[in-house]
Amino acid sequence: MGRLNVNLCGIEMDNPIIPASGTFGYGYEFAEIYDINILGTFSFKGTTKEGRFGNPTPRIAECTAGMINAVGLQNPGVEKVIAEELPKLKKCFHKPVMANVSGFSIHDYAYTCALLDNEEQVGWLEVNVSCPNVHGGGMSFGTSPDAAAEVTRAVKAVTKKPVIVKLSPNVTDIVAIAKACEEAGADGISLINTLLGMRIDLKTRKPVIANTMGGFSGPAIFPVALRMVYQVAHAVNIPVVGGGGVSTAENVIEMMLAGATAVEVGAQNLVNPMACKEIIENLPAAMDKYHIDNLNDIIGGVKNG
Amino acid sequence: MTLRGDTLAIKNAGEFVNLKIDGFYLRRPISVCDVEGDVLTLIYKVVGGGTEAMSAMEKGTELLVMTGLGNGYDLSVAGESPLLIGGGVGVPPMYLLARRLLALGKRVTVILGFNTADEVFYEDEFKALGCDVKVTTVDGSHGIKGFVTDALPEEYSYFYTCGPMPMFRALFKATSTSGQFSFEERMGCGFGACMGCSCKTVTGYKRICKDGPVLKKEEIIWAD
Repeated sequence: MGRLNVNLCGIEMDNPIIPASGTFGYGYEFAEIYDINILGTFSFKGTTKEGRFGNPTPRIAECTAGMINAVGLQNPGVEKVIAEELPKLKKCFHKPVMANVSGFSIHDYAYTCALLDNEEQVGWLEVNVSCPNVHGGGMSFGTSPDAAAEVTRAVKAVTKKPVIVKLSPNVTDIVAIAKACEEAGADGISLINTLLGMRIDLKTRKPVIANTMGGFSGPAIFPVALRMVYQVAHAVNIPVVGGGGVSTAENVIEMMLAGATAVEVGAQNLVNPMACKEIIENLPAAMDKYHIDNLNDIIGGVKNG
Repeated sequence: MTLRGDTLAIKNAGEFVNLKIDGFYLRRPISVCDVEGDVLTLIYKVVGGGTEAMSAMEKGTELLVMTGLGNGYDLSVAGESPLLIGGGVGVPPMYLLARRLLALGKRVTVILGFNTADEVFYEDEFKALGCDVKVTTVDGSHGIKGFVTDALPEEYSYFYTCGPMPMFRALFKATSTSGQFSFEERMGCGFGACMGCSCKTVTGYKRICKDGPVLKKEEIIWAD
């Protein structure tokens, strides 16, 4: 066991670093830039039952220390993902991958997860009940404890793979939703998805994003994400995957102290495609600096103030 | 802006680079105007905070630049007398394209479209290359009065263009041959990962940054 190894829901990872869904495609764009097998794993592009184009453009807006996206779950649909994307992924990535799944009904989630359950390379199912960019689905399942629990139960019924439910921060009580997912059988909780945000173009006085609003991510949201990871990790007894604005090895250590077993890196991959590689390379020195022998020693290790 | 560095990844005219600018989160995609050895020339218009910061940069500033992005123009279908049409901020990528086509022995005609005489740039540079150059201004203050479509020659073998959407729509109708259009879109990553700049085409969904920015006339679907 190396000093970076962690175990997420029964699967060993060489390190806790996971590029977040939607920022890493199906891996192969990044495999042209570096050997992505150095990653703990990665969460592939959010996949739905039917193929989707997503929202009209512009889908992207600049923000202070971050960005807004309103892609809207563009993906070719689960059948094509399995037939076309996973074989390409398999050529450049040789570890269990995290399959990110979204849906518009309980049936959608169960259908998509059941198909991905057959795929050997899928290690975990990350069930996204938190996409802010689609109407009538996604986040609406993640804003009520009952609906989130219902999705969790439906998915658990069709798969033996670990189910990690990815939660939205756009709620009044994220802890209640996390607990409801745990009671419904979730094997882990992942948080946070993006924060609903907006920009207005001063020249045109119109929203920058064609869909008016979108998901805010980047370093600016790190303190919010850390706070929520801390709250959820202290309330549940299942592993927590922490993410939101993580862009340095120090951010990773902070997330793990707050209670994260593994850490997702999102927007930073888009502005620096080498971000995850650099974070993994920088982790040992950052651990030395803060007298950490093994990352497992610090999970949830934040002290009382 | 002239940059010096490793330009080996830049293969085709019509590619772009993505600049990291201090104080901004997302990179800024800028089309390649010219590349020669280790010297990269970028011409941009100040339209927002990012380009404003670029214009305030001092000589000797070091920038992180991702290069070799986008597909660029396909020169193999140019024929003997290609027509290049640049509108406003779409003029710069025409320069490297013109140089490459001339090097292949083509007779290159260039139409540069602007709103008014004050905005005209690179007319002399294209003439110096040896292109047949026509300039149009909407207000008639320089060159031919009107739009680029008012300066289309009788005959040309193929066309390449970059510029604003209204110009693209007009050219799509007014041109008699096939051609290639270089599109602009707000981008997240610039290298195909985020799906921030997708568009619908006849041949499926394409990412402007990775599968474009150059699309062929036959594959374009105009959004209403």
